[in-house]
Amino acid sequence: MSVTSWNRLPRVEHDRVIDWSNRHAELPDGEDKLLAHGLGRSYGDVCLNEGGTLLRTRAMDHYIAFDRATGRLRAEAGVSLKDILDLVLPQGWFLPVTPGTRYVTLGGAIANDVHGKNHHVMGNFGHHVTRLELLRSDGQRVECTPEQNTDWLEATIGGLGLTGLITWAEIQLVPVANPFMVVENIRFRNLDGFWAQDAAVDAEYPYTVSWVDCVASGRQRGRGIFMVGRHAPPQADLPGHTERAPTFPFDPPFSLINSLSLNAFNVAYYHRPLPKGIALQHHVPFFYPLDGVREWNRVYGRRGFYQYQCVLPPETSRAGIDALLERISGSGTGSFLAVLKMFGDIPSRGMLSFPTAGATLALDFPNLGDRTHKLFAELDAVVRDCGGRLYPAKDARMPAEMFRLSCPRWEEFTAFIDPRFSSSFWRRVTE
Amino acid sequence: MQRIVIFGATSAIAAACARRWNALGANLFLVGRDTPRLETLAEDLRVRGGGSKVAVASADLADTSGHDALFDAAEAALGGIDVVLIAHGTLPDQAACEASLDTAMEAIQVNALSYVSLLTLAANRLEAKGDGVICAISSVAGDRGRKSNYVYGAAKGMVSLFLGGLRNRLADKGVAVVTIKPGFVDTPMTASFDKGGLLWASADTVAKGIVSAVKRRADVVYLPGFWWLIMFIIRHIPERIFKRLSL
Ligand SMILES: Cc1cc2nc3c(=O)[nH]c(=O)nc-3n(C[C@H](O)[C@H](O)[C@H](O)COP(=O)(O)OP(=O)(O)OC[C@H]3O[C@@H](n4cnc5c(N)ncnc54)[C@H](O)[C@@H]3O)c2cc1C
Ligand SMILES: NC(=O)c1ccc[n+]([C@@H]2O[C@H](COP(=O)([O-])OP(=O)(O)OC[C@H]3O[C@@H](n4cnc5c(N)ncnc54)[C@H](OP(=O)(O)O)[C@@H]3O)[C@@H](O)[C@H]2O)c1
Repeated sequence: MSVTSWNRLPRVEHDRVIDWSNRHAELPDGEDKLLAHGLGRSYGDVCLNEGGTLLRTRAMDHYIAFDRATGRLRAEAGVSLKDILDLVLPQGWFLPVTPGTRYVTLGGAIANDVHGKNHHVMGNFGHHVTRLELLRSDGQRVECTPEQNTDWLEATIGGLGLTGLITWAEIQLVPVANPFMVVENIRFRNLDGFWAQDAAVDAEYPYTVSWVDCVASGRQRGRGIFMVGRHAPPQADLPGHTERAPTFPFDPPFSLINSLSLNAFNVAYYHRPLPKGIALQHHVPFFYPLDGVREWNRVYGRRGFYQYQCVLPPETSRAGIDALLERISGSGTGSFLAVLKMFGDIPSRGMLSFPTAGATLALDFPNLGDRTHKLFAELDAVVRDCGGRLYPAKDARMPAEMFRLSCPRWEEFTAFIDPRFSSSFWRRVTE
Repeated sequence: MQRIVIFGATSAIAAACARRWNALGANLFLVGRDTPRLETLAEDLRVRGGGSKVAVASADLADTSGHDALFDAAEAALGGIDVVLIAHGTLPDQAACEASLDTAMEAIQVNALSYVSLLTLAANRLEAKGDGVICAISSVAGDRGRKSNYVYGAAKGMVSLFLGGLRNRLADKGVAVVTIKPGFVDTPMTASFDKGGLLWASADTVAKGIVSAVKRRADVVYLPGFWWLIMFIIRHIPERIFKRLSL
C-alpha cells in the first residue's frame, strides 16, 4: 500500500500497513521489517519502509494521566500535538517545544527530536520527555527515564523510529495564562540586518524565527522579517479567535511554485504591512501559520517537493548562510517558506538528534529533477565545508557521506536498533 | 446527567461515541472483553474530564447468560440507566462460514443472538422505568442478502427487524429505539479492506451521527446519510436481476 510523507517523495509501496491502536499488544510476528508511522509530517523517507510493514500509530491515541497542578502529561504515542493542546491549553498549560505544525504525533516528535522557535531557551522536544515506554520486537518493554535506561532514552529520542515502537511517553508542559502571544515583527534589509536583530532580541523573547526572502539577491540577499514572541500575560479582555482551515482543493499536474510566483510572493511578503510595535496574536497563526490551509503540500504538484534543512556552527554561520542564499537565489528555484533561526547551545539528548549550536536554514524546493539535485549538491558542499549537518526528518536525498557528517554518533547508535525495525531512510544512507 | 451503558465499548465506533458523550458530561459504563483496553479507554476518558464516573466490566458478550448481571452492575455503578448502546460485532469471513457451519453459527451468535438478548433485557428495564433510549448498530449489509457477506448480513438484518419490532412495542412507553446503519467505516473490523474512495467514513464521523441520533431519539439512521439513497436503490433492484449481480 502506498503511504506518503509530507513532501510526497519518495513514492514507495509497503507490504503491509497496520493501524496500531492497542499499546498492550505484541508486535506482529514475521520476518518483515517494521517501522512506526505517525502523521507522516516528515519530509522524506524516515517515516517510510519500502517493501516492509508500517505501523500507523494514529489510532493509539489515549491519554493515560494528566496532573493539572504540575503539568505532567502521559499519553500514548499516537496522540497528536493538536490533541494535547486541545486538552491542556484550556487548563493553563502549553507544549514546552513545538514544531511549525500541530499535526504531528507525540511519537514522531520524540523520534525526530523536533525543535521549535524556542530552541535557544528550551532545547528540543526530547529535553522535556520525562519517561517513555519502548516496545521491542522480542516482547520486552523498556521503560526509560533520564535516570533509568538512560542509554535507551538517548537512542530513542531522535532515534528515527529504529529502536522499536514508542507506546507512550510522559512530558512536562509549561504554564501559560491564555492562548495568546505577545509578538513583534521586525523587517531586516539583508543578512547583516538579521545578525544585528538576532543579537538584539534573542534574550528578550523565548520564541524567535525569521522568514527570509530566498529570491532577493545582491545587496538585498537575506532580507526578511524577524518574528518574535512570548506567551501573553494574564489579561481580562482577549481578542476573539476562530480557526478556519480550508483544504487546498486539487492536485495540480505541475508545481504552482515556479520562478514567477516565487518572485511575486517573496516581494509581496517582504513588503507586507507589519503591525507597528508589539501586538497580541493568537498562538495558532504565530506557531502554525501553515496549519491554516490543509493539504497545502499539494501546491507543489504531483512530482512532490524537497525540504532542505541544515545547521551551521556559530563560527561559520555568517559566511555559510550567505553562501547558501547566494546559491539558492542564483538558482531561481526555492520557496516562500525559507526559515532562518539561531539554535542555542543546549546539547541535544538524542544520539542522532539534529540540533546543535548555530544557524539553521530550512526551505522547500519543488522537485525539478536534475536541476534540483545539482543545487543540493552545491548546498551540501557549503554545509560540509562549514562543518554543518543536515536534518534527517527533512531529507529524501542526502548522500551517505552527508549522513555520516550529520549524525556522527550513528555507529554507536546501531547497537540500539531493533533487529526487526528499519526504514527506507536508514537503508538509503547506511547500505 | 446522562447515564450511558455501552456494550462493545472497545469498538472504534463505540469508543468514539464514548469520547463524545464524555465531553458532554455523561457518566459511562463500558462493557467489552479485553480488560486492558477497557482500562485504557476509561483512563483516557478520565483524563479528558467530562462525566464524573467511568466504570468498566469485562465479558464475552457471545455468552448471553451473563447479560442480566451486566445490567445490574451498570445500574449499581451509575445509579440507573438512561441510554444503552450496543455496538460489538465481528465481520466473519464469508467463505469460512460457507465451509464451516460452526463458524457461521458463531457469527450469528455474536452478531444477532447476543443482540436479541441484550435488547430484550434493556427493553424490559427501560420500559419499567418509562424512559430512555436503546440504540444498536446494525449495518447497511442487513438491508439485502448478497453472496459476498450474507451470514453477517443476515445477522444484521435480524438486528434491524428486531429493533423495528421493539420500536413499535415501546413507541408509547417513553422508550426510543434507534437503529444505526453505517456504510463502510474505517475501523479495525475493516482493516483488510482497501480504503480508497469516497464511500469510507471515519469512526468519529459515524459516532457523531450516533450521538446526534440518540439525542434526537431518531428511528432509523443511515450513516453517513447518503447510504440511505444507495440502499434505497439496492433494495429496489428486482430479485431476478439482483441474483445475477456481484455486489
Ligand atoms: C508544516 C511543517 C512544519 C514543521 N516544522 C518543524 C519544525 O519547526 N521543527 C522540526 O523539528 N520539525 C518540523 N517539521 C517536521 C515534523 O515536526 C517532524 O517530521 C515530525 O517528526 C513529524 O511527526 P509525525 O507524527 O508526522 O511522524 P512521522 O513523520 O510519521 O514519523 C517521523 C519519525 O518518527 C518515527 N515514529 C513515529 N511514531 C513513532 C513511535 N510511536 N515510536 C517510534 N517511532 C515513531 C517514525 O518511524 C519516523 O522515523 C515540520 C513539518 C511540517 C509538515
Ligand atoms: N466498520 C464498518 O464498516 C461497519 C459497517 C457497518 C456496521 N458496523 C458495525 O459497527 C459495530 C462496531 O464495529 P467497528 O467498526 O467499530 O469495529 P471494531 O472496532 O472491530 O469493533 C468491534 C468490537 O466488538 C467487540 N467484540 C466482538 N466480539 C465480541 C464478544 N464476543 N464480546 C465482547 N466484545 C466483542 C470487539 O472486541 P475485541 O477488540 O476484544 O475483539 C471489538 O471491540 C459492529 O457492530 C459492526 O458490525 C461496522
